[in-house]
Amino acid sequence: MLKLVANNTIVSEYEAVPGRVTSGPHGPKPRRILSRRNIVVYGTLIVVALYYLLPLYVMIMTSLKGMPEIRIGNIFAPPVEITFEPWIKAWAQACTGLNCDGLSRGFWNSVRITVPSVIISIAVASVNGYALANWRFKGADLFFAILIIGAFIPYQVMIYPIVIVLREMGIYGTLTGLIMVHTIFGMPILTLLFRNYFAGLPEELFKAARVDGAGFWTIYFKIMLPMSLPIFVVAMILQVTGIWNDFLFGVVFTRPEYYPMTVQLNNIVNSVQGVKEYNVNMAATLLTGLVPLTIYFISGRLFVRGIAAGAVKG
Amino acid sequence: MTSQTRGSARPNQWLRNLNAKIASIPMILTALVIFVGGTSWTVLYSFTNSKLLPRLSFVGLDQYVRLWAAPRWLISIENLAIYGFFSLIFSLVIGFVLAALMDQKIRFENTFRTIMLYPFALSFIVTGLVWQWLLNPQYGIQSIVRSLGWTNFNFDPLYNSDIVIYGILIAALWQGTGLVMCLMLAGLRGIDEDIWKAARVDGIPMWKTYVLVIIPMMRGVFITTLVIIASGIVKVYDLVVAQTSGGPGIASEVPAKYVYDYMFQAQNLGQGFAASTMMLVTVAIIIVPWAYLEFGGGRKRA
Repeated sequence: MLKLVANNTIVSEYEAVPGRVTSGPHGPKPRRILSRRNIVVYGTLIVVALYYLLPLYVMIMTSLKGMPEIRIGNIFAPPVEITFEPWIKAWAQACTGLNCDGLSRGFWNSVRITVPSVIISIAVASVNGYALANWRFKGADLFFAILIIGAFIPYQVMIYPIVIVLREMGIYGTLTGLIMVHTIFGMPILTLLFRNYFAGLPEELFKAARVDGAGFWTIYFKIMLPMSLPIFVVAMILQVTGIWNDFLFGVVFTRPEYYPMTVQLNNIVNSVQGVKEYNVNMAATLLTGLVPLTIYFISGRLFVRGIAAGAVKG
Repeated sequence: MTSQTRGSARPNQWLRNLNAKIASIPMILTALVIFVGGTSWTVLYSFTNSKLLPRLSFVGLDQYVRLWAAPRWLISIENLAIYGFFSLIFSLVIGFVLAALMDQKIRFENTFRTIMLYPFALSFIVTGLVWQWLLNPQYGIQSIVRSLGWTNFNFDPLYNSDIVIYGILIAALWQGTGLVMCLMLAGLRGIDEDIWKAARVDGIPMWKTYVLVIIPMMRGVFITTLVIIASGIVKVYDLVVAQTSGGPGIASEVPAKYVYDYMFQAQNLGQGFAASTMMLVTVAIIIVPWAYLEFGGGRKRA
């Protein structure tokens, strides 16, 4: 009797787990592991994966070789003698123009650009999305529509007027100016992201808070913000990679001493003077790619969600 | 923080919802000053003969006439057309095929997806520089294949004016197909399992189901992807700068680079404005019909 009851509980527990209904044979027909279909599918995927990995592999290998080995060897061969010299040189000694203090300068510039840009753009866009979702006023939708259409306008069309505006404000060429530009061009997609997220939250919450007398900012900080941490993370991933990888705005809106890492990297690698040091170039390239790659590998699914949101709606 | 609606008399229209309006000031300024204002400004000044500084001395369509007579612009447009055509076709086909393979209930799906998507996290500058190295004729793929015995093997797209744009295309596809695959995969996952069952019951082969049933059902996903790829194509700039700097000669120039060079290096603002206006027109040609189909026409979309 007791056993039966126990058995019953187990069965019902199984049934409570979705997709584990245990009544007779179910699911697709079992397949042999080495069927022709599997060979084709996995074979293709593995070849494709190798193709995608190849440049990363070559980058790493080249950056760990000395120049003599690069000249005689082939780019796919692993280094005979591993050296970290190119990495040190790329970070601390590589030259752009007259400066020979390496990519480290660009790295710190990029940090000084990315951190405030990400914070400010997300702060502005989240409040904005919240206003659009919960506190609609007359004309708000029109401005929002202009904003979204604006996301499709090529940047080249708006660059020069922005240069003039920034010059009038006295911040053309400075980091402040560039941070403003990143905030502006991050706004369409981020606002859309936040607006859609906030609009998807249960309206009763908002109404209840209103009845209790909470105002615009109280509801934002006490209710909306704590409930939307995932979307803030998605927005952060989107912005950090986007701003770190930016080249055009960096080159247009800053002076050479403030050039972000991507611009400096391009200047180092594509400079015409001197002997080409391919190992240093690849080390520098890897260094620049390291920040977005780290974010990518850590964030995993959230990154996919971020770019899907960014791409589908942008 | 008190609510504005609490007053006894009917409050002023402008003060209603004041906080929301204050919060929207950045959006309103961006929309009006930068997007509408900036765009109109550039279009207006494209009809002037501004050189070093913008000046309002109108010359009609002169800048456009000069633009369409400039060999460099014509090469840019031709490159953009080739690059655009092939990157649309290849990204859609490769992206869809990969997504279909990934949708076969395979193991290690996450690993494969991670590998295919990682290039998308990298900037165009990094992408361009890596492929510049891989396509280096002296050390790269060409020399490897030659050392394997095919001594006549030629593959030096970055140093050959005729095919340089394909060298850029290879890099662009490496960077972007992972994203297309992800979008397509999301589309495939949205398709009802019963469709597959019905097709199997009817004995329709798998490829035929994809072509005749699944792809037509994914029309929306395809169109969205198309718009994303297309608006990215028009903007292509960093990749070319990093990979070839427009060379050899002017063989791999693109419109976005033309705009930048004329605005900030050749001190010929009028040309830059005219060229950027042409870019705007190109984007409008892509976006307007799509926006009309998706949102306009009073028709409910599927």
